[in-house]
Order: sequence, then structure tokens, then C-alpha cells
Amino acid sequence: MYSEKVMDHFMKPRNVGEIPDADGVGTVGNPVCGDLMTMYIKVKDNKLVDIKFKTFGCGAAIATSSMTTELAMGKTIEEAMKITRANVAENLGGLPPIKMHCSNLAADALHEAIKDYQKKKEAKK
Amino acid sequence: MWRLRKVYMDHGAGMPLDSRVFEAMKPYFMEYYGNPSSSYSSGNIAKEALAASREKVAQLVAAENSREIIFTSGGTESNNLAIKGVAYRNREKGNHIITTAVEHISVINICKFLQKQGFEVTYVPVDKQGVVDLEKVEAAIKDKTILISVMYANGEIGTIQPISEIGKLAQENSIIFHVDAVAAAGKVPINVKEENIGLLSISSNDMYGPKGVGALYIKKGTKTQPIIQGGGQETGLRSGTENVPGIVGMGKAAELAKKEMESEGKRLTGLRDKLITGVLDTIDYSFLNGHPTERLPNNANLRFSYIEGESLILGLDMHGIQVSSGSACTSKTLEPSHVLLAIGLAHEEAHGSLVFTMGKQNMEEDVDYVLEVLPDVVKRLRALSPLTPKEILR
Ligand code: FES
Repeated sequence: MYSEKVMDHFMKPRNVGEIPDADGVGTVGNPVCGDLMTMYIKVKDNKLVDIKFKTFGCGAAIATSSMTTELAMGKTIEEAMKITRANVAENLGGLPPIKMHCSNLAADALHEAIKDYQKKKEAKK
Repeated sequence: MWRLRKVYMDHGAGMPLDSRVFEAMKPYFMEYYGNPSSSYSSGNIAKEALAASREKVAQLVAAENSREIIFTSGGTESNNLAIKGVAYRNREKGNHIITTAVEHISVINICKFLQKQGFEVTYVPVDKQGVVDLEKVEAAIKDKTILISVMYANGEIGTIQPISEIGKLAQENSIIFHVDAVAAAGKVPINVKEENIGLLSISSNDMYGPKGVGALYIKKGTKTQPIIQGGGQETGLRSGTENVPGIVGMGKAAELAKKEMESEGKRLTGLRDKLITGVLDTIDYSFLNGHPTERLPNNANLRFSYIEGESLILGLDMHGIQVSSGSACTSKTLEPSHVLLAIGLAHEEAHGSLVFTMGKQNMEEDVDYVLEVLPDVVKRLRALSPLTPKEILR
């Protein structure tokens, strides 16, 4: 039911892990099926220089997390905020309709991590 | 070293046809295609084949008379005919039905459908191992109770219910007792007379017969009515030209199941227990769902903390192992299995459940292979999960 791209990212997920001294962390739960995803980001000169994730969820959730980190890596904060679930799914060669909600999770977690980073930055000022 | 073995352990979802069943069915497609209702000779051949199959199915469940067996299109139709037929026919007597929280989805949805039509349904809870509490069934009985419907065994968690006891209870209270035996028939001995069963649903594919065929045992004298109107086949209870090849296949499957049940049951129980102990011994934070001993010989339902079932399925599939899961992520509704919730699991616990249902072609080497592959798949997914405590990752 999944594309080869999805299976590839599921079998060999990129950027798995945690960043202990992350500049921003975002955790979101999937309200639809109850899954969980955390993204960690490291920011330098307004660019995402490192991203790591951990996911508790289905194959699509794992693959979309992995793809999201790939898409966002090296992007500016503004560019990364524009990544949508449609981008993620498209880059994975499509997802079954029932799995589209999982790709939401990945983009949301990334955006939450960025917001967390921005909040922390504000607080430091 | 990389090796790929093909291990199919999802017999609860679908079974291969036994080759002996296939051989028995063959002549009824192109040679003996006559309609059993016709009077000429090829019709008679079909009619005799139906009668012989009916007898074999009757013997499988120890029915007194083969006329008590009605052929249907499968387990779901048998459940529909049993529950709706009894409910509609006994409407004047009462409108209350008792069933359990762990029934097959067809039974649950039939009951919900009837609730919309003014029937009242009590869903009796089960304990942590999935066993129905007899006292709660008894307590649920009212003057208006017309039907008790309880599954023989649960196809997902494997738990076998105290059917004779419930049957006795139903009989003492003059309530019709329906048993959904789709997951159990052919795997454990069933005796409709001794167990006081009024109606019993069976499916052909769940015992290596063809898909699209089933049967309903209806004890003589049970008040019921058809849900399909037509030409009056199957003593008027199930109209429509009979699926002769399918029914012949089901008859053969029933005959083989009866003959081989004991030895095959023993063999499968051995494999099942090897798989269960093997997993529980080698994988931390793994648990058995369902009853440890009162369970189907071929069913092992195991749960792994911190990870999700669909990704487990995919991970195992990459190694040629095919199983299923009760995880929300694998269901069409994105809800976890109602059975896992009914035995008291939290959503995230239900998430990590895997169902292994073994069959004839599974050998001990298959179990060994699963035991070799599974720990690594679990470990890999746990390393990805934000829920996994650090100390168990090493
Ligand atoms: S994470 Fe549950 S369906 Fe994808």
C-alpha cells in the first residue's frame, strides 16, 4: 500500500534521535489515532543546521517524520515554516488517503519546534 | 546472514484452501453444474452433494439432524440471520438482547443496527483475559430478554468463552442462545447439544474451505425467520440458488477438520506456546493478550510497549513474515480494536499489539524464524520511539 519511497524512509529513517542542547523542541500528538512525535532543531544564522526526530506511530508517520527532516534541513526558519503535509506526501511519492493525517503530524512537530525556538529567543532578549 | 523465509501467520484474516478441498470442489464447477432444485439427474447430483455436505457440517458440531444446518454466504451472513432472525421473530416476546463487548464486529454492528429499531442491547464486559463474567450475564437477564449471543472464541485475542455455562443459563431462563463460532469451528471440539446452543455460526474459510460460504446451525424448534426472501431454498430460511461448489468445499473442509482437529490442535498448541514463551523470555516489556490456556490453539496475541503495530507489521513484512495488529493505525476507523479496549488496555498499549494466527503449513522452523527476527524489529522501532525509556535501549 506504500510507495517505495515511503518504505525506504521507513526502513532507513534519516535523522533519528534527540538533540540534548536543542534550540527548539516540538512534540505533537496525533488526535486521530493517538500517536506521538517529537522534533528537535538546532538553528544557526536563521537556518536549520540540525534536525532530529523520534516517532511513535505507523510506517507513514515514521517515513513522513524522516522526510520532513530532510526537507527542512538547511532551510531558513521562514522556508521551513512553509513546509506543508502536501509537500511531505508529494516528496514521498504520495500516501494512501487514510494516512494523510500522519503527515500532518510531522509538519506540525517541525513548526512547533520552530515556535519553541522563537519563543526562547524572545525570552533571551 | 540475510535470508528471507516466507512465514504466513495471519490465518485469522484468511486461510489457504486445503488441496483436498479443492479436489472435492472441482467437478461441481463444469461437470455437475445442475441446479439442486431441478428434477433431472444433474440436479439430483447437486442435491445429493448438498445433503452430504450438510451431514458433514452437522457432524463437525455434533448436531442431531443435518436439517438443522443452513448454508449461507459466510460468517457475517450467518450472524445476521441468527441475530436478526431471532430478534424479529420474537419481537412480541421481548426486545432485549445480551451480548458481550468482545464480539466480532459483525455481531456488534448487527446489534447497533437493531438498537436503532427499538431493540435494547446489553454488552456484558469481560475480564482482563477476555473472559465473559457469568454472573454479569445472569444479572443482565430480564423478562424481555429474547436472545443471548456470545462468541465461542475470540479470533483476535484467542480467548475461549465458558459456552456450556452460558448455554445452561440461557436454557434455564428459556432464552435463545446464539454462538458465533467462526473463529473456533474446526479448531476446538464443539457440541451444540451438550453446550445448549440454539444457533451457531460457522465460516468455511476459517477451516481451509473456500471463501464466501458459511453455515448456521439452527436447533430444531428455534423460533426464527429469514432475512433474505426468495425461492425458499434452505427450508425457506436462506433463499437463493445454492453455491454448490462452495458448499461441497465447506463439507470437505468440515470433514477434514473433524478428523484432524485433535492432532493438529496439539501440534499448533505446541507452536503457539513456543512462540509465546520465546517472545516473553527474550523481549522486555512484551505481554500476552488474552487467556494463557483457555485460548485457540493457533492464536498468539502479543503486545510490545512503546511501539506501534503497523510499523511492526511493515518491519516483519520486510523479513517475509505476515501478521496483523489491533492498532488504531491499521484500522479503517483509526480506532484501536474494541477487543483490546474491552480487556482494559490503554490506547497506546493497544497500539503495540500483534496477532499471530498459525495454520497447517506453519512449522517449528517458522516459529524459530519469527523468534530470530522479531527482537531486532522491536528494538529498531523502540529506538525510534519518543516513549521508550533510555535504560531499555541498551
Ligand atoms: S500514526 Fe497512526 S495512522 Fe499513522
